[in-house]
Amino acid sequence: MDALLLARLQFAITAMFHFLFVPLTLGISIIVAVMETLYVKTGNVQYLKMTKFWGKLFLINFALGVVTGITLEFQFGTNWAEYARYVGDIFGAPLAIEASVAFFLESTFMGIWIFGWKRISKKAHAVAVWMVAAGTSLSALWILTANAWMQHPVGYVINNGRAELVDFAAVALSGYAWSKFLHTVLGGYLVGAFFVMGVSAYHILKNNFLDFFKKSFRIAAAFALMSCLAEVAVGDWHAREVARTQPTKFAAMETIWETRQGAPIYIFAIPDEATERNTMEILPVPNMLSILAEHDPHATVQGLKDFPVSERPPVTLTFVSFRLMVGLTTLFILLSVSGYVFSRKETLEKKTWFLKIMVFSMPLPYLACQLGWLVAEVGRQPWIVYGLMKTSDAVSKNITAGQAAASLAGFAIFYGLLAVADIYLLVKFSKNGPAEEMGHSMPSGRTIPL
Amino acid sequence: MELQMLWFGLWGLLWAVYFMLDGFDLGVGILAPFIGKSEMEKRILINTVGPVWDGNEVWLLAAGGVTFAAFPTTYAYMFSYLYAPLLIILFALIGRGVSFEFRGKVDSDSWRKTWDIALFLGSLVPALLFGVAFGNIFQGLPMDAQGYHGSLLTLLNPYGLLAGSLFLLLFLEHAAIWVSVKTEGELEARARALAAKLWWLLLLAAAGFLVLTAFATKLYINFMSSPACFAVPAAAVIALLGMKMLISGKKSVAAFFSSCVTIVTVTFTGVIGLFPNLIPSSLDPRYSLTAFNSSASQYTLKIMTLVVAIFIPIVIAYQVWTYIIFKHPVTEKDLSDPDSGAY
Repeated sequence: MDALLLARLQFAITAMFHFLFVPLTLGISIIVAVMETLYVKTGNVQYLKMTKFWGKLFLINFALGVVTGITLEFQFGTNWAEYARYVGDIFGAPLAIEASVAFFLESTFMGIWIFGWKRISKKAHAVAVWMVAAGTSLSALWILTANAWMQHPVGYVINNGRAELVDFAAVALSGYAWSKFLHTVLGGYLVGAFFVMGVSAYHILKNNFLDFFKKSFRIAAAFALMSCLAEVAVGDWHAREVARTQPTKFAAMETIWETRQGAPIYIFAIPDEATERNTMEILPVPNMLSILAEHDPHATVQGLKDFPVSERPPVTLTFVSFRLMVGLTTLFILLSVSGYVFSRKETLEKKTWFLKIMVFSMPLPYLACQLGWLVAEVGRQPWIVYGLMKTSDAVSKNITAGQAAASLAGFAIFYGLLAVADIYLLVKFSKNGPAEEMGHSMPSGRTIPL
Repeated sequence: MELQMLWFGLWGLLWAVYFMLDGFDLGVGILAPFIGKSEMEKRILINTVGPVWDGNEVWLLAAGGVTFAAFPTTYAYMFSYLYAPLLIILFALIGRGVSFEFRGKVDSDSWRKTWDIALFLGSLVPALLFGVAFGNIFQGLPMDAQGYHGSLLTLLNPYGLLAGSLFLLLFLEHAAIWVSVKTEGELEARARALAAKLWWLLLLAAAGFLVLTAFATKLYINFMSSPACFAVPAAAVIALLGMKMLISGKKSVAAFFSSCVTIVTVTFTGVIGLFPNLIPSSLDPRYSLTAFNSSASQYTLKIMTLVVAIFIPIVIAYQVWTYIIFKHPVTEKDLSDPDSGAY
């Protein structure tokens, strides 16, 4: 394998691994902040215990999110030096802003939140966790602004052999960036909400700390419902941005080969890249794709055949990932609505079938997030900056396949071990339940006999 | 051209602040197995940096981010040339960051031991390698039109290793003083005694570094042409000597500030000597990466100036607040309280 392929694999693995932890952080930080705010407002100690229990799971996950993020910032220099040189004038700014505006906020207030229980007032302590949550979402805003620029470059001119920034506002206020940011953080909020609902469902099934977990479930279900509904609107907005600015990605997402007016969506299709057509297309929804693209049933949608083969992304992977992501989101809406309704009607603990589904649904929002990344990043290929720079031109000139392979192996082994430790701890503390918070003396390192 | 000069200064300042802040928590990670005699003492040591280490480490990300934004060409080449040491530093920092959070989560000796090793190595390796990397930058890297002509072993030359030892000793001294500020009783006394002993090694390394720099690098040329700049290394020497007196006089807090001044002035001695180079070429000065030939456009620099002018003061304000909230010494009593949140 050559250095380019290895560098791509390394970026894909490290970015996707990082994005196992970030979405949970995004969502659960807000849930914990809500719980602590409820505690400060009502003085009800149960909310404090909820804050501490879910906060502990948040912290275990947060640590890995932070440390795996560091490697991404530096990879632009190590493996993608030509890219860094070509776009650094634009791409560096949001990264530097992310560090100085978001990371500092997140990390500093995290320290205050973990250690400050006895040192600052209740209110100040609740503010600290909101600061952490704000830092996390702000960090997503800036990194996704940078990523959106790679998808849809704006506000630049080519000068001195590189892309130079001429309009910062165009980069920071780009519709692509904001729709992408909201789309991604809402996905993260769903991960957090489903995590809390799943763990709560597990304990409700076991009849542990029933009141505690029913309350937790209800907060998470309300959050999930809001996030889902917002996600539908934002997803539609983001898809339109993609259709407008990245016609090849949009065509691959829906596996459209021929340009046509009033394009339908097929509920099921099998694309074949070799023959440039779909070998099977069933259940068409007439004009739906044109509606999706431009909110106009007669709009023209460009097909992949309008572009040379060398400028098309891998179609099948993009198409399947997108289809699965949309399908999962539909499921999340159903589950969130049911969860919220059962929770409001106080019938949750009787619906054991539903609780079981919620336990096994925990990994699904994670999967949806990863699929979303596949659509975004695979769909952009062969460009690293859409229409401007090919991925193959972006790799560092002086790194060897050996270096790239060694560091890739290092990441794979090291990240594998960390993932095992992290999952072990998350499962252990999730299963333990809030025994410590509830004042039951439980020796740590052992699970509670349920 | 003024913006490039401003950003060269900020680039140096971010690194200096990073070394000043992360320096002591890296040092505590290295010292913990040696001065912590019991599990309780180890926990006390780790918790002296618990609330602040994460915020300190972000200065590294800020330094990296600013290099990318203000000097993209330097960023691109620096990290691909220093590929191996950088990756080793990153792995170390990952292991270390996780070990803080994971160490106390399972009540098992082998679990704790694993994360103790991760904390120790994760602290030792960056402390040493940052010094090695900067020593090599001071000397210049073997690069020309074809790119970089070195390997990991090229970096491990005598001057690079001396710089590595200097950084390591600076951080260890910084940490020993920090521990003497943040603990009480026996641990405080042990840390102060260690700081007093380490100081002699630090003096030796610093003196050796000052002398060898004249032979191995071109750093002094700038000082010769503007002798006023000698105020910075002179301040470093005064702060270093003052540190010893303050340690002996049991004025730990003042000694810590003195150590902060030492680290910042030592870093700036290097930065002033480098100007206008961010990375000089040891083969041919035409291929050196400078603040002028590797910078971002004036427009980007203006935007970034606005951003840091607004946000860095805010960051400094809340980080100072953190140090004020957690200014008390860490004691056994704090850690036995399950509600303390301690590691």
